[in-house]
Amino acid sequence: MNDLWNGIQQAISLTLTLDADLVEISLRSLRVTLSALFVSCLIALPLAAILAVRRFKYRRLIISTLNALMGLPPVVVGLIVYILLSRSGPFGVLGLLFTTHAMVIAQVIIITPLITSIAHQSLRELWSEYHDLLISMNTSKWQRIKTLLWDGRRALMTASLAGFGRAIGEVGAIMIVGGNIDHATRVLTTAISLETSKGDFALALALGFVLITLALAVNFTTHWLGRTEREGRW
Amino acid sequence: MFPMTACDLSVKVRQKHIIGPINLTINEGGITVLMGPNGAGKTTLIKALHGIIRLANGQVTFATPAKTAQEQQSFVFQSPIMLRRSVLENLAYPLMINGQDKQSAMERARTWATKIGLSAHMDRPAPFLSGGEKQKIALARALITSPKLLFLDEPTASLDGAATVEIEALLSEAQSTGTTIIMSTHNIGQARRMANRVLFMKDGQIDAHSAANAFFDTPPTEAAQKFIAGDIVV
Ligand SMILES: Nc1ncnc2c1ncn2[C@@H]1O[C@H](COP(=O)(O)OP(=O)(O)OP(=O)(O)O)[C@@H](O)[C@H]1O
Ligand SMILES: [Mg+2]
Repeated sequence: MNDLWNGIQQAISLTLTLDADLVEISLRSLRVTLSALFVSCLIALPLAAILAVRRFKYRRLIISTLNALMGLPPVVVGLIVYILLSRSGPFGVLGLLFTTHAMVIAQVIIITPLITSIAHQSLRELWSEYHDLLISMNTSKWQRIKTLLWDGRRALMTASLAGFGRAIGEVGAIMIVGGNIDHATRVLTTAISLETSKGDFALALALGFVLITLALAVNFTTHWLGRTEREGRW
Repeated sequence: MFPMTACDLSVKVRQKHIIGPINLTINEGGITVLMGPNGAGKTTLIKALHGIIRLANGQVTFATPAKTAQEQQSFVFQSPIMLRRSVLENLAYPLMINGQDKQSAMERARTWATKIGLSAHMDRPAPFLSGGEKQKIALARALITSPKLLFLDEPTASLDGAATVEIEALLSEAQSTGTTIIMSTHNIGQARRMANRVLFMKDGQIDAHSAANAFFDTPPTEAAQKFIAGDIVV
């Protein structure tokens, strides 16, 4: 009990004094996750719009594949990325294993299906609202997609935030492909896991504060976006 | 672009016969009012003429190539479809779709917003305006491209007297500046005020097509006669 209390006190002081390790790990976490989020959005958002607007041959197949990928356990994603990037794997020559790049790749694979799926759902709704009007106005396919992406931007932001939340809190996959190397691939979740197993609750708790704060910020923003949408303040 | 000719036009939804076969010629100018009991097929017919639903049979042709004709038509839906944008952006949208630059499109949108009495609400999100205001926006957005042919599906169905008068004034003006209008309505008073020609539909067929004066003075068919007299036509 005393240990725990000491841990909390130290954690608070680590946070308030902006401890170097704490800051380094937090920034790395943000960098990895924001990179993954950026790449994912580039893929997921246009894909979601295309799936909503166009009726093409492999549409159903893509949707079921995305749903299947969404259910994939992150640890398994980590394992697969590990095999692909390991020295004997097909992409071994790139030397990406145990770098932050590998972690970005794993996170992209984990969150792209999630973002696509959430974005697709709201864009499909928007499309059913707009369909007759945009058809009547002779819009091109590209104009339709652009209109949906722009007018659905709040919903797309919400989808992206869900992806961010999933990625920042994920531990299994990035532990495997990143290796949790100090000053190289150690991020919030992997550091917490390590510090806890070492019994060093101070740093673990301080890192936990940061993670919780990020999660709360995501929740708050999501909530706020929903409110502005419903109340028509934009 | 005129005459517009529908030849043997019929529409089916999932094997179910909805309207047709319909043969019809619409010449340039004036207002054609489409009347008939609920379920007669008015909405289906004007959507088919506008080319936004699939024909089971027959065709709609214009004196100009189909693509040119399509670009010179607008459609106002029974329940106005508002883009999740400001009033001004809704009005500017069709101009920008046609490749007009943003500044001149917004300039023109401002003129129209003033014209329909919404200059105080220009920057408000259109989906949150009242039904009457939305209908005026939908009409202005349809007229802003100066279409040669304008379709309206019960444009004043849920509006009060004052709003109805405003819409009718806009339609009369559009008509006098070279827009040919085809509109459906359940409002017999409105039909008397606005119509140059009347198309009377019943059971998916055109029951009567005549000059408005003649139609109201000596209804050409028994069904039309009962309809005007306020009897129920089944
Ligand atoms: N998508 C559809 N699926 C099934 N039935 C349809 C569909 N669209 C129209 N119908 C049927 O076709 C008939 C004509 O419908 P339509 O909407 O054109 O009538 P309307 O004259 O516009 O009626 P109202 O005066 O009520 O607007 C109706 O019986 C309707 O139920
Ligand atoms: Mg109708």
